[in-house]
Order: sequence, then structure tokens, then C-alpha cells
Amino acid sequence: MKTLPWLCAALLAGVSATAISVPKQASAEDTLTVISWGGAYQESQRKAFMEPYAKETGAKINEGEYNGEIAKIRAMVESKSVTWDVVDVDTQTALAACAEGTLETIDWAKLGLDRSKFIGGDIADCAVPNILYSTVIAYDTTKLKPGPTKITDLFDMQKFPGKRALQKSPFVNLEWALIADGVPMADIYKVLNTPEGVDRAFKKLDTIKKDVVWWESGAQPPQLLADGQVAIASDWNGRFFDAVKKDKKPFQIVWDGQAPDYDWWAMPKGTPNLDAAYKFIAWSSQPGPMAEQTKYISYGPANKDAGPNISAEVLKDLPTAPDNMKNVLYVDPQFWADNGDQLRERFNAWLSK
Amino acid sequence: MTAIAENFGLDIAERDALKRRLRAVERGRRLRALALVLPLFLFILVSFVIPIGELLRNAVFDPSIRANMPQTVTALAAWDGKDLPDEAAFAALAADLAAANKAKTIALIGKRLNYELSGIRSKILVSGRKAAQLTQGPYKEAMIGIDKIWGERETWAVLKRAGATYTSFYVLDALDLGLDADGALTPTPAERAIYVTVFMRTLNISLTVTVATLLLGFPLAYLLATLPTRTSNLLMILVLLPFWTSLLVRTTAWFVLLQDNGTINDMLQALHLTSEPLPLIFSRFGTVVAMTHIQLPFTLLPIYSVMKTISPSYVRAGRSLGAGPFYAFWRIYFPLTVPGIAAGCLLTFILSLGYYITPALVGGPTDQMVSGIIERAMNSENNWGKASALGGILLFATLILYFIYNRLVGIDKIRLG
Amino acid sequence: MAMSPYATPMERAWHVGLRLICAAVLLFLIAPIIVIMPLSFNSESYFTYPMPGLSLQWYKEFFTNPRWIDSVVMSIEVAVAVTIIATTLGILASLGLSRLAMRGKAAIIALLLMPMIVPVIISAVGMYFFYVSLGILSITWAPVGLILAHTCLAAPFVVISVTATLSGFDHSLMRAGASLGAPPMTVFFKVVMPLILPGVISGALFAFVTSFDEVVVAVFLASPEQRTLPKQMFNGIRENINPTITAAATLLILVSVALLTSLELLRRRQERLRGIRA
Repeated sequence: MKTLPWLCAALLAGVSATAISVPKQASAEDTLTVISWGGAYQESQRKAFMEPYAKETGAKINEGEYNGEIAKIRAMVESKSVTWDVVDVDTQTALAACAEGTLETIDWAKLGLDRSKFIGGDIADCAVPNILYSTVIAYDTTKLKPGPTKITDLFDMQKFPGKRALQKSPFVNLEWALIADGVPMADIYKVLNTPEGVDRAFKKLDTIKKDVVWWESGAQPPQLLADGQVAIASDWNGRFFDAVKKDKKPFQIVWDGQAPDYDWWAMPKGTPNLDAAYKFIAWSSQPGPMAEQTKYISYGPANKDAGPNISAEVLKDLPTAPDNMKNVLYVDPQFWADNGDQLRERFNAWLSK
Repeated sequence: MTAIAENFGLDIAERDALKRRLRAVERGRRLRALALVLPLFLFILVSFVIPIGELLRNAVFDPSIRANMPQTVTALAAWDGKDLPDEAAFAALAADLAAANKAKTIALIGKRLNYELSGIRSKILVSGRKAAQLTQGPYKEAMIGIDKIWGERETWAVLKRAGATYTSFYVLDALDLGLDADGALTPTPAERAIYVTVFMRTLNISLTVTVATLLLGFPLAYLLATLPTRTSNLLMILVLLPFWTSLLVRTTAWFVLLQDNGTINDMLQALHLTSEPLPLIFSRFGTVVAMTHIQLPFTLLPIYSVMKTISPSYVRAGRSLGAGPFYAFWRIYFPLTVPGIAAGCLLTFILSLGYYITPALVGGPTDQMVSGIIERAMNSENNWGKASALGGILLFATLILYFIYNRLVGIDKIRLG
Repeated sequence: MAMSPYATPMERAWHVGLRLICAAVLLFLIAPIIVIMPLSFNSESYFTYPMPGLSLQWYKEFFTNPRWIDSVVMSIEVAVAVTIIATTLGILASLGLSRLAMRGKAAIIALLLMPMIVPVIISAVGMYFFYVSLGILSITWAPVGLILAHTCLAAPFVVISVTATLSGFDHSLMRAGASLGAPPMTVFFKVVMPLILPGVISGALFAFVTSFDEVVVAVFLASPEQRTLPKQMFNGIRENINPTITAAATLLILVSVALLTSLELLRRRQERLRGIRA
């Protein structure tokens, strides 16, 4: 047992060594942490932005995924320990977090970009629009014949039996419920702005509640459709596109009632790598890289100059293709920024009953 | 002691000196022992107890209104709450909103008040924007002109309450209660009330799991305790292996087994027991099965330990006195196992209360337990006060049971396999 | 428990029935583990039997994808640091507790073991608030917050298993050592340590798995770019469950088997030693 004291001494030495070596000093200039939504979407960003940018500038990019938890951003900013430099956020977050002062206000001159060239560029002050995506429904053509053609079919359990996969959020679901209940497209938010309108939407959702599988991450719906767990699923159009293109799944998107929205690049307030973050966003927002991204996912680039660089073949799958724009639900971002909290709370209460 | 001292012929001074030295030695020994415990004690204190204190504080502490509307809070200090406040309060309100609008903190005010007054967030943002343009009074008319919410007593009552540094709002809300304009307790409207349901559901699932582990664990513990050591040791491995396997791995396994096209449904269909897949995953049934699987060893092991100490001669004695086998088992053997049953069941019940991963993965929306709601309040609703209040209540329940367990069993007697 | 030759038919039925019930319970306990392992060798990405073919592709994915490998490395780093700190603190505390005779002792033990009982989500949220306010969740401090948190959860296990070994420990041995002139450190390493070693090792193993398997605290305290293996698995199951996760699960099961085996060997060794001494 002579070895024992040595063993213990070694263990103790190990403790101190770990304690000392643990704080890793990353050099601030060339390291950037970029957070996005994972899955096929982040893959497209990786190929079009992160990898080429890293190659061109020699920067090292750490990637992370999240599901839109803005609490994490708030906590970082409040504790002044910001570790995310660039975050891909949705419109609600861009507006709400900006109003709460947890995002950097964008200095377009510093970016060196023309704000007017960006679709939706004037909606939010703390974020740069990067893509236009759309929430749509889709089905498996080998299983539903004929398939649904209208958003109201989502609620038609007689004609299209089988489970539905919907996002675990009131966002867009309430609007769709009202459309299915006969509210004209133009009046959706007028109705939803009244307590009776909200009740009406939930009542309509009640009719399919027991047949819904609720998803939280955008990677789930294509999987649920492919496994035959659901007959109709909602998701962001690019996710279905990716399943069709890459995995050759027989999915068909129903563009009727599509709900287009933007995704944005934003920077949590107080990021230590502000300049590098600006550089990355500026680089990724150029027409070239933006057009490049459409090769991997069918989201429309926010930079109008990227348009001419997109091939016609890709164009037809974008939410903005004229054929896909016949009956569009224009999401009201201000409505959701103002009412999102209590609608989510009500939705969660409704779900767990 | 005195007698002995006298017998040894020590005088009082010597006796006291001896006593003192003995006490000093004892004190030294105790201090040395305490010094050994101290590092871990301090570690737990700093990285565990203080954080939990922080959580409890966040359940009642919310400075967002006080910090962002300082003038209004001061102006409202003297308000009796019977009628609308005076002009000074309105002036303070206008000034605070204008300042918050400029400092971009107005959304925080809106967010906090929106918890209690649904839909007020956007009205506050608009009020802030318009208040910034006001240059002179009277502010009362001006503010009510901007939005009629400022002409309502309830708005001011909420503002005054929220302006206090400590608030009961989150704790009451976590119990589906609220305060009205007069400060009286009122239940949360039915369409938003959910937490009492979730707490009851948590108790319900925990109880079901506890009973299930007892029903499955008791016979197995009995068999293991009565088999020859060699065989029982071998079978014990089958109990200990899952015990040692990570909770996540076992939940993953159940996830795979319970899926619509998973192993169990496949088998049932192959045997023509069902024609369509049974809804096993995302259901209460799946949650209880997976949790029972994970908790079974926790219930079984204490029962087994107790059974090992029961001498078979007790039952034999009973039998020889004419008791039937079941009577002897029920009246002699079973009562002796009760301490083990109590220990195992209590432990399983306590641990079940805190489940999060398993219901999150194999349960549906109506199977989420308190921990799941806390996670959601933290991460997706961004409502720290609510998460803390729910956590505080769950902690309270757990600590009461922990206290009972400690009294009954002693936490340091816990078996690790 | 052999059956008596005079057993009534009822007793015979009970005898057989009990064994059947127990067989079913044992099957229930072991089935999920047995079922998930072969699926990781499935050539298709389904989770059903019979499997169309065998393949090592999911293991290949696991061992070549930097996400998985990095997460394994991160988990090991954290778990080793946790084991070292928790074991050191735990041994000291157990030694102290075994020599402590005072009124507050039960309360101290209850406090030290509390992290084991308090729902992990509560610890995780509280630690999140506190560590964020201290700033130790920032990237420069990378896994320190996680290590501190896991050490809290792991230390009670060390205390329990070392205390259990110490309960049979004869303190006069230490006095004997001291009276023979050995300084306290020598007494500790030459007399105490060899005797409590089994408890120390099993405590250390427990500390290691506690950290290595932990997911809730990791989800809260580690930022998205810091992945531990369980966190990576948890996210994977929530997003889309693929057989790489079953491969990861199989590897974790193998780790458990290895740990369980070492514990069992330790127990046998101890029994043998006791047998000799008795």
C-alpha cells in the first residue's frame, strides 16, 4: 500500500490542475459564437455562411442550437456575461427583446448595408432580416389520396382522418383555427384582438385537440410524417423541402394559408465580440452568400439583390413564388409582440387540461 | 464522579482542573472533527443552499416596477386606494413612462403588469410613447385621454402592489389565486387556472408510481430475501443493472419501446391482439410505466434489506402454533417488513415528485408534472418569478416529506445497491 | 427457500405463482435494456424487430461525428473533475462526521445529503440564478459552473458510502498509529485509507456516474455550444430520435456494466477480507 499516499497526492494535484486550467481564454478577435435553430436550417447557414466565412477570414465559429428561448438571452445580458455573439431570432423575439433592451440596436452604417434593400428591414431596429420563411402544412402523398388542398382541411377530420402535428405554440395555430371557422383572412387579427375571438379560436382547436401531436423543434414534423405517426403536419416550409430533396420523401406542401415570416440576425447587448459579430452579419447578408443559401433550403433571401442570383428551379419552392402566394396569412408581428405572453399562457393552460 | 474523585483523594481544585482539561480535549477533538466536515459543508452552502435561497427570493422579490417607475411608486405610497390617485401621482406616472420609453425599459413595465392585467402591455407601450410628448399638466386628464386604463382604480391598485419590493403575486398565481382591486383573494379565471391541476397531477402520478413499485417490488424482494445467497445475488444483478443505468438511457429505451411503430406495438399487432397501434407513447400510461421502471429499485432495496434481517423462525413458530401459511405470513412476516415498505415507498414518492425528463419525453401535454412547468416558465415563458414560486412550493412539499423520512428512516441509512 | 414436503396444493400454487410474478418483474426490469442494445446494430433507421440487417453505421456515426465525440470528451472532463472534488470533500466530511458526537449532527447530515432529495430542476434553476449573477456561466469559465453543480449532486453519494464503511471502523486503530509516533497524515494514508478504500471507490464511482449521466442541470447551466453526452442525447430524442442515440445508450449501458462489475468485485474482496479477519 505504499502507492496510496502518492495516489491521493496525485488526485489532489489533479484537483488544483483542473481548477487552474479550466478557464479557457479564447482570443476575442477571431472567435465568434453563432446560435441558430438547428436541423436543416442551420445546416444551410453552415454551408452558405459559417464555413465560407471562416475560410475567407480565418475566424473560428462556435455553433450552438436553441429553440428560441429568449430567457437565455435575457439572463446573459442582465448578468453581463454574454457568450452568444450572433443569434438567429424570429420576429416576435426581435421585437420583444429589442423593446426590453436586450439586443444591440443595429447600426446600418457600421454594417455597410443599405437598409432599404432588405425586405422587412424597417420592422425591427435591433435585427437584420436574413430570410423569409413560411409556416405551412404538408402531407404524405402516398398515404392521403387525394390530399388536402386548403388550410381548412387541417380541421376536417371526416375528409382527412388521422393525427395532426402542430407547433406547441398558439402562434399561427390560432389564426388557422379562425380561418377554418370562417373568418375572412383580412379580419383575422381584428377578431383575435377580442376576448371572444380568442375563445372562438380555442373552441375550434378543441375540435382536433385529441388528434394533435405537438412538436417543439422544427426537425420533428418531417420525422412524424415519415413514420406515419401523423397524416398532416405543420412546419417551416424549408424543413419539408429538405425532407423531399435530401431524403426523397413523398411530401406535398399545401401553400394555402401559408404564414410567411422573417428570421433575423441579432446581437445580444454587450457581446464582447461586437465588431466581429457585425462583420459576420454584414458578410452573410451580401447577395452572393444569401443566394447560395437557397441551394440548401427553400427560404427566400431578405436581401432583394440576391433575387437575380437564384435559379428558376429553386424559385418555385420559395414562399414568395407567385403560385404559392394565392392565399397568404400575413402574420401581424406587433399583435404577437403585444399579446404573445398571455396567449402562450392560455395556450399552455388549455394544453394541459 | 465526585465520589470517585474523593476516593482518589483529589481536592476540589485538582478535580476542576482535570474536568477542564478533559473538556478542552473534547472540545479540541470536536473542533477537529468539525474542521473536517467544514469544507463540504461550506461547499454545499455556497453552491447549493445559497442558490436555493436565491430561488426562494426570486419567488417574492421583483424590483422591476420599483426600479423603472420610481416616482410613481413614491407618489402612490400615501394613496389610500379608495378613489383614483391625485394629480401628483398622474404627473409622476407621465414622467416615469416618458423616462422608461426613452431608456427602453418600458417593455419591462408592460411585461410585469401584463401578468396581472391581461393585454395591458401594448397600452403601456403606447402610453409611454404619448407621455413622452406631454409637456404640462393637468396630467390626470391627459393620461386618461391617452388610455382609459389610467382612469380605472384596478390599474392603480396593481401598480401600487407591484411597486412594493416584495410581492405575493407569483406565489398566489402558482396556486391559481390573485388579488382584486380591494386586495381580496380571488381565484384565477378558469381558462388560465392550471397550477393546482398540475400539482394534483404530480401527487397523483407519484402516488400511482409508488403503489406500482410496491406491488411489483414486494414479491421480488421477498423472493430475493428467501432464496439461497448465490441465486439471489445473481438475480440481484438484474435489479442493480437498471439501477445503475442512466435515467436518460432507460427513458430512451421506453421511448423506443412505446412508439406507435415501436417494439411493443409491433408485437401486439403481430400477435393480432390489436389492429391499430395503441397510444402508448405521449400518454399517462407510458409515463407511469417508465417512471415505475426507474423507481422500482428504490422501493425494492430497502424492503429487501429489512426482509434479510427477519429470521425465518418467527414464521415457523407461528406455523407450529397452528397458524395457516397465509395467516402466518400476513400476521407475522408482513408487519415486520413495514419499516422497509415505509422507507422504500417514501423515498420513491419523494423522488417521483421531482420528475422532469421522463414525463417530458414519454408523456403527453396532460402528463407534464410541476418540474416540466417550471422548465417551461424558465425557458419559454421567460417568467422567473413564476418558475421560482412553483419551485418554492414543490421544494416545500419535498422538504416536509424529507423531514418525515429523516425522522422515520434516517437519510444516511439509504442503500446504494 | 426449499419447499417443505408437506406443502398443501395452495402452498405449491403460491410457490410457483410467486416465481412467475417475480420472473415477470425481472423481465420488466431488464427488458428495456435488452431491447435497446441490439437496435443500435440495425441497418435501417427503424426501431422494430425483426431487424432487416446488421450494421455498425450508427457506431461509425457516433465515433466520427465531432458533435458526439466532443460531447463524450466534455462529459468525461466534467465527471473526472467532479469525482476528484466530490471524493476529496466527501472523505474529509465522512471522517469528521464519524468522530463527531454533538446535538446538531443529524441536522448537518440532513443538510449535506439534501442535494440528493431536492428535485433536480429546483437545484438547477436556483444554481442558474446564482451562478449567472456571479458570472461563472460565461464562456471563459466554461464548465466550472457545471462542475460545481454536479459536485453538489455527487458529494452526498460519497458521504453515504464512506460513512457506511466507517461505521465498522475502529477508531482506536488511529490512536494506536498515533501513539506509535506516526504523524496524522501518515496515520490517514497508512491506517485509515486502506480500510475505507472500498467505500471510497464505490463513492467515487457513484460520483462519476452521477455527473456522467446528469442531464437536467446540464440543460440549464451549459450554454448550447457546450454539450455533454446526456444533453446531446436529450436534445436528439426531442428533435428526432435516430439509431445513433441507441448506440450512445448502448455505450452508456456498457459503462454501467463495467461500474457494476467493479463494485461487485470490490464487495467480494471486502467479504473475503472480513472472512479472513473473523
